[in-house]
Amino acid sequence: MDFLNALVAIANYVLIPGIAYGSQLALGALGVTLIYGILRFSNFAHGDTMAFGAMVTILVTWWMQSAGIGFGPLPTALLALPFGILGCMALVLVTDRLVYRFYREQKAKPVILVIVSMGVMFIMNGLVRFIIGVDDQNFADGTRFLISAGDFKQMTGLDEGLAIRTTQAITVITAVVVVAWLFWFLNRTRTGKSMRAYSDNEDLALLSGINPERVVVYTWLIVAALATVAGTLYGLDKSFKPFVYFQLLLPIFASAIVGGLGNPLGAIAGGFIIAFSEVTITYAWKKVLIYLLPAPLEPEELVQLLGTDYKFAVSFVILLIVLLFRPTGIFRGKSL
Amino acid sequence: MSETVRNTGLFALVGVLILITGVMQSWNSALLILNMGLISAIMALGVNLQWGFAGLFNIGIMGFVALGGLAAVLVSMPPVPEAWTAGGTGILLALLLGIVTIWGAMLAMAKLPKGRTRVLVLLAILVGGFFVFRAVFDPAVVQIEAVSPAATGYLGGLGLPILLAWPVGGLMAAGAAWLIGKTALGLRSDYLAIATLGIAEIIIAVLKNEDWLSRGVKNVIGIPRPLPYEIDLQSDPAFIERAAGLGLDPVMASTLYVKIGYAVLFLIVLLALLWMAQMALKSPWGRMMRAIRDNETAAEAMGKDVTRRHLQIFVLGSAICGIAGAMMTTLDGQLTPGTYQPLRFTFLIWVMVIVGGSGNNFGAVLGGMLIWFFWVQVEPIGLFVMELITSGLPEDSGLRAHLVESAAHMRLLTMGVILLLVLRFSPQGLIPEK
Repeated sequence: MDFLNALVAIANYVLIPGIAYGSQLALGALGVTLIYGILRFSNFAHGDTMAFGAMVTILVTWWMQSAGIGFGPLPTALLALPFGILGCMALVLVTDRLVYRFYREQKAKPVILVIVSMGVMFIMNGLVRFIIGVDDQNFADGTRFLISAGDFKQMTGLDEGLAIRTTQAITVITAVVVVAWLFWFLNRTRTGKSMRAYSDNEDLALLSGINPERVVVYTWLIVAALATVAGTLYGLDKSFKPFVYFQLLLPIFASAIVGGLGNPLGAIAGGFIIAFSEVTITYAWKKVLIYLLPAPLEPEELVQLLGTDYKFAVSFVILLIVLLFRPTGIFRGKSL
Repeated sequence: MSETVRNTGLFALVGVLILITGVMQSWNSALLILNMGLISAIMALGVNLQWGFAGLFNIGIMGFVALGGLAAVLVSMPPVPEAWTAGGTGILLALLLGIVTIWGAMLAMAKLPKGRTRVLVLLAILVGGFFVFRAVFDPAVVQIEAVSPAATGYLGGLGLPILLAWPVGGLMAAGAAWLIGKTALGLRSDYLAIATLGIAEIIIAVLKNEDWLSRGVKNVIGIPRPLPYEIDLQSDPAFIERAAGLGLDPVMASTLYVKIGYAVLFLIVLLALLWMAQMALKSPWGRMMRAIRDNETAAEAMGKDVTRRHLQIFVLGSAICGIAGAMMTTLDGQLTPGTYQPLRFTFLIWVMVIVGGSGNNFGAVLGGMLIWFFWVQVEPIGLFVMELITSGLPEDSGLRAHLVESAAHMRLLTMGVILLLVLRFSPQGLIPEK
């Protein structure tokens, strides 16, 4: 019984939050990795692109809520999501036209594009703050729990509860759907194949008649969709705060690099590696150990390896280790 | 128009802008802009050294600046003897253990043959060391933080003059930079960028959470000053008399006196660093740096040790940022870890360097002063513009209230636009590299 309780506690505090957070990171890292693979620079504005997409979604959600449109037990934000994606697509396409295209035509060095993306980051960050402000915004509605801790205890008769929030379930399901679609698109469709070809070898792709501007536009569209989905899911699961999205940049980049920049599979693996390490290392293991260890060995302290505020340190250390021992990432980056 | 005239004109423009602020708003805010502008110029100088000279992409400036601020606390605040007796030895012992652990791990890494044994030994040393460290560290921290937590709750500093903190801040930043450089330099430029971004966040997290070190988010206030306090000046008869001689009231005169005093101190540091940077730029060393930046492979073929040179300049540039950080904390008189934000302390400095002209020291200084001026003034200007735009809307309009309220966020937007415009139409910056 104690063993089961320990398992449930781990599932409740480590497994489920880790999976949800990992899916969000994976979606974010996929966006970064696609930009890197096709446009060949590290996009520092990605966090703020996520914030912008999520913001449009929130605004539409509020409008829907005020108009009485709901989605039953599911959050209204899911209905608003397509509009958020469209808004974000418009933004990144305009940015590409006005800003990035010039440097692409000049064949500017990647590091110049990175600095340019810093400028874009400022503007997007400013836009988001300008439109929605810097405060916490709560836009989750619908049923809060799929299974609440109380119900679970009644059902199983265990001491330890297992709660699955609706937002967590939605996060995982949406992430699976989006990722499945993305891989189908990249591997099966003509456009997806041309994207992969372009990423593999630009000159060869140009020779075989692939239109680079078309590839770039499709990449931005996909990235906008991924960023909006990731941003909205993160906002639903935690809360929407423009500043937080900027801070997500570090774990997202860590995920993409750990998995191998430019490699979509790696981005997903990296997202889960980073998420699980963060959650495991900052979780206080006291409860689990009390269930598992005999009474005299039970710990007095929290048995927390690192305070939650040091979660950045976790992604950072993993990043460093991978960079030092396998600089191309776990999945050999730079091939799409 | 010759180059010298043009550059002098640009600097004069910054001077005029600050003078206008003095006349239109107040001399106090003008001097405040000048002081922070000087500090920003120093930070920009440090970043220019890394980016302009060597092409190193460092976006962890915030961390080095914060380390400088920590130096100000550690050097100048009076020590807390009770805290030292309560947990001082414990902390020192724990830190020593931590160092021994890492040293042991590095030794094992270097000495043992590659294979499973090495991984296991490494893991054993690191994990074991971590738990021993926490076992010594945690109780000491609890004891230190229990010593009158509202007033101190930390170890305090050394009680030395604050001016000493400036070089110490530089040294601390240099030490951190050396550690980062040792591991992350030699990687691709984007990886260095992410690594520095991460280390900056970690430094801030340490400052926010390690209350025994810097009181965390409880902030350290009342850091000693290198200049007299306004209150003391106002009660000094000789000062009042001199102020009256200039036709100023004592309150005004004292605040101006202190701010001008800071400006003079900062200017001395800035000029000294600028002189050194100019000398370095012109020296064979500077030429070598630029050669490495422009063609790493060729420089390496000529027998230059690229990684070592990069490490050198990375440490130097970060040290300058550390000095600037210590100066800024001195000017503020307090260390508030919660206020360090990457947009303000890392990316804004980048805007300064790019706008001023990367690769040119005078450009970096100009960019620092000019961009700081805009950073401060965009808010009132934005507010003015917003009020002008919305003046047609009814008083109780929600849109009007929102727009006026949002004017505060105009500065990020403006900085982004300035950066993009400069990058597009004048990528060399205001004062291009020669």
